[in-house]
Amino acid sequence: MNGFDWKVIVEWAPLLLQGLGVTILFTLGGLALGLVIGVAVAVMALSRHGLVRIVARAFVDAVRGTPLLLQLFILYYAMPSIGLKLSAPVAGILGLGINAGAYLAEIFRAGIEAVPRQHVHAARSLGMSSRQTFWRIELPQAVGLVLPPMANEMISLVKSTSLISTISIGELLRSGQIAVSITFAPLEIYLVVALLYLAINLALSNLVRVLEHRSGAGARGEAMRSLQDVGV
Amino acid sequence: MISIRNLHKRFGDTEILKGVDLEIAANEVVAIIGPSGSGKSTVLRCLNFLEAPTAGDIRVDGRLLGYVETPSGDRRRLPEADLNRQRAEIGMVFQQFNLWPHKTVLENIIEAPILVRGTPRDEAVAIARALLDRVGLGHKADARPTTLSGGQQQRVAIARSLAMKPKVMLLDEVTSALDPETVREVLDVIAGLAKEGMTMLLVTHEMAFAREVADRIVFMDDGRILEAAPPAQFFAAPAHPRARAFLDKVL
Repeated sequence: MNGFDWKVIVEWAPLLLQGLGVTILFTLGGLALGLVIGVAVAVMALSRHGLVRIVARAFVDAVRGTPLLLQLFILYYAMPSIGLKLSAPVAGILGLGINAGAYLAEIFRAGIEAVPRQHVHAARSLGMSSRQTFWRIELPQAVGLVLPPMANEMISLVKSTSLISTISIGELLRSGQIAVSITFAPLEIYLVVALLYLAINLALSNLVRVLEHRSGAGARGEAMRSLQDVGV
Repeated sequence: MISIRNLHKRFGDTEILKGVDLEIAANEVVAIIGPSGSGKSTVLRCLNFLEAPTAGDIRVDGRLLGYVETPSGDRRRLPEADLNRQRAEIGMVFQQFNLWPHKTVLENIIEAPILVRGTPRDEAVAIARALLDRVGLGHKADARPTTLSGGQQQRVAIARSLAMKPKVMLLDEVTSALDPETVREVLDVIAGLAKEGMTMLLVTHEMAFAREVADRIVFMDDGRILEAAPPAQFFAAPAHPRARAFLDKVL
């Protein structure tokens, strides 16, 4: 036992911070792609056409039903066999984005469906088009409803980025592993790595809380009122 | 002004409307009464095309609602933009108010005039404020709908509908979800509209109010209109046995 060695932390801080930067970058990339896929698949899942709904359903089931680690391996190691060679960062962003997209799609779909139909009827009866109704009435209310589950998904995404270390991307966990393999100081290094993940996620959940406070008040108030109406 | 001919509506195997004929003149107030499930609300929802009729004609100022007639006599669904234009002229107020909770009272009212009619924002706001004053809620313009009482919310919903300057108002059991003490304030607003000559078709369970405000009472049961008569005549001596039985139960 050598006790706690602060010097190791100072010495390896640059590499760990670099890993942190990579983790944040892949989180943002995965989130951006995930949001696009999530909204698109949610709209598909609510489509009038049965075939479109089936495609959306199949996508969500396939992605949620298999491990992210396996999805990354398929993208990075298996795709070249059919002539699609992806670089590690591209495979990483694709894997994280597709995975987050499937979960976000379900969150968005549920949020849009939770907006009372009568609010839509009221808009249509005033002559608003279905598009105007979607953007002005349904979506703003859905956003307020989906922020809490979205925060969960984003936190989960931050942690999932650690899996891309397996396709040789030097994100936070991998930087830590490298540092440990050289310094043999797992306690110090992994503690710092853990604190850095925690810092990202605390910042994230506080950001969502602020957003929630600003945009969600109306929709949540309505939901609360509905609950009170039925005697909860 | 509104002419309904042989209106049928079927949901799956259930026929809700079995051939409804009704003419409503300009400035006329017609109250539809009848037991639950008789199809009263469905008539209103067809009039705003929230439900597409299974068969039959609805004409507003002579123009077929929701369809275009081709020269060969067929009819096709109206393109959405044209249907929206028709809907904008037919105001509808719902039992559950259906105000949008993410917008203030004022924003609820100016939304459709700005988006659908292209009214400049300043003008829409001025109209909205005047309407709020008229329903006695000028001081609530910036409130969230959920902070208002049911009666207040319903008055805002009426103002929202009026902001589109509709030719006719459809009122679907607008006091059924209200606490008894707030019913009167909503009925007063409607009575005011009637006095000003607004054409209205209302479905209601408030018999006393129907008698007070309507020019004509229409009694529906089992998807059909069984009787239509001026209120004095209808309430004094309903001609149809089922109307008589219904009145015995509710009066």
